[in-house]
Amino acid sequence: MKKVYAWPKSLKRGVPFHYCPGCGHSIIHKLIAQVIDEMGIREKVICVPPAGCAVLAYNYLDIDMVEAPHGRAAAVATGIKRVLPQNLVFSYQGDGDLAAIGTAETIHAANRSENISIFFINNAVYGMTGGQMAPTTLLGQKTSTSLGGREAKRDGYPIDMCKLLATLKGAVYLERTAVNSPANILKTKKAIIRSFQIQRDDQGFSLIDILSPCPTNWRMNSVESCRWIDEVMIKVYPLGVIKDETK
Amino acid sequence: MKGYIEIDPELCKECVLCIEVCPKGLIKKSSRLNLKGFYHVMFEDKEKQCAGCSLCAIICPEAAIEVYRG
Amino acid sequence: MRGNDAIGEAAIVAGCRCYFGYPITPQNELIEYMARRMPEEGRVFIQSESELAAINMVLGASAAGARVMTSSSSPGFSLKQEGISFMAGQELPAVIVNIMRGGPGLGNIAPAQSDYFQATKGGGHGDYYTVVLAPSSVQEMADLTIDAFRLADLYRNPVIILGDGMLGQMMEPVEFPEKGEKTDLHKEYALTGAKGRPGRLIKSLILDTKEMEDHNWKLARKYERIKKNEVRYKTFKLEDADMAVVAYGTSARIAKGAIKRVREEGLKVGLIQPITLWPFPSQFIRKCGRSIKDFFVFEMSTGQMLYDVKLALEGEGRVHFHGRPGGIITTPLELSRIIARHYYRVKKEKER
Repeated sequence: MKKVYAWPKSLKRGVPFHYCPGCGHSIIHKLIAQVIDEMGIREKVICVPPAGCAVLAYNYLDIDMVEAPHGRAAAVATGIKRVLPQNLVFSYQGDGDLAAIGTAETIHAANRSENISIFFINNAVYGMTGGQMAPTTLLGQKTSTSLGGREAKRDGYPIDMCKLLATLKGAVYLERTAVNSPANILKTKKAIIRSFQIQRDDQGFSLIDILSPCPTNWRMNSVESCRWIDEVMIKVYPLGVIKDETK
Repeated sequence: MKGYIEIDPELCKECVLCIEVCPKGLIKKSSRLNLKGFYHVMFEDKEKQCAGCSLCAIICPEAAIEVYRG
Repeated sequence: MRGNDAIGEAAIVAGCRCYFGYPITPQNELIEYMARRMPEEGRVFIQSESELAAINMVLGASAAGARVMTSSSSPGFSLKQEGISFMAGQELPAVIVNIMRGGPGLGNIAPAQSDYFQATKGGGHGDYYTVVLAPSSVQEMADLTIDAFRLADLYRNPVIILGDGMLGQMMEPVEFPEKGEKTDLHKEYALTGAKGRPGRLIKSLILDTKEMEDHNWKLARKYERIKKNEVRYKTFKLEDADMAVVAYGTSARIAKGAIKRVREEGLKVGLIQPITLWPFPSQFIRKCGRSIKDFFVFEMSTGQMLYDVKLALEGEGRVHFHGRPGGIITTPLELSRIIARHYYRVKKEKER
């Protein structure tokens, strides 16, 4: 018998993930490590991790990384890519980092069609700081700063970042996937590969919006969280390719 | 196609997503606590039913499962 | 050449690989100069969406090992403080130019020197300092810019060039050295893709308190080294002076004109002009305090460098202050009268 599924080489051994049981970050880190292995790009990638639960991403992936101030990853990635256009530069950001404090940097990096890949880990909540409302929190969703559930009048509406960025000509490829089932996980992996290919071919800005479970802050167990993505989240944030202007 | 899996019990966080996705129900929660304090899962396949589909390994957030097929 | 333009050309001579900026008066000429010249030299230019984005692009480019610069004026300089703090913590080099204007808040577009505290006392959060260079002529704008890149790389720290609206706009002859520096310098911390080596990490997050303390003391030791090696100042007619004017930048030029006038009337006044505002020439001023008992601090603000002068003297002299904030420029003639009046008042008190 052959080993058909193994520990990804680019994932550091002996450093167990600090993420909660059933957290999407662990799954996505594993996917990124697999993609780096399969595409053979460990020596080319440079990552900009976020401020958030994944601030410690550098503990797990054995690649070059530089920390950015909260929300500024798209600008930092721009600086790196302009100096090293041959490298594959990607950012790994959560809801606050990308859609709240970092909205301007994200929009303008997309608008300039910076040749970078952005992986947006969308779990509709601010995880690391204890489960506060995020720009992506759904109406009626209870969080620690929207106690009775998000209300449109007081808190505004959930932002669909993919739809927002789709209006910009510079955003060349926008796809939404999820990691709540093996089938969706495999689609996410394909999307990550596609984003790196687009960058390698100098085609411009791509962003993958990955719906990710947060059992702890959703106050559910892992199985319920995966189900909630299917039954509730996908209705507000449908999966699929939102924009593809690649050649 | 036959297969089997190896689970690293010390990495398991008892999220039980693997149990949820296994089409043949070959993974169970054990009664043993690992060092982290979780009742880790274990592979039980007396009738050699595992086909090595890897759904468990794909969903495991801790990359704790490795799959053999042949 | 215009002061703002001279900074741009000097940066190119120094091998500046990337410039990221946002327009703000009174330094718009610099970003326009770079927009024209950087592509001519095959270098990177981006007009970013804000000063905030610009400093973060600087952070990224510096992490990738390039010499990089950004510029702004007072309100935009405030926006950059988070990025500067991060770069100080991550030990990344960069050159940041602040062409000061009236403040606080939106202020006005006239020259001022009201960002001294912000520049010299680590304007963002955390225990850090940045080297601060204060030019007082277009030639100095050019020379100090080239120095800034060298110092930033040498100490792996952000360096600030503190000019003001008048210096930015004035036109004077200027000479540049040969374009000697390569743009790509080998840096052992730079992120270039982990080829044949483990991944490199540039971060400022240190959760372990002992490690954090160690890191802070390491930075503190670096700042002590800079204080020992990089203090720079100029003096003018100080040898027999019994009053010293302390001023920097445009104020120093005005003071020189005023001192020339009062010297013609026999008043023994000299000038101490700090070139590095951080590290401040405290030791030199303390030494002067043994023979000179009266100091006259002149700034285009309500008094900021004033306190560094007082601290430096440790009580060894009397300090008088004259300042005009908001863009009112004291002429050398006016200043000479103010200095003279103070000189005679002090003389009378001594005779009592």
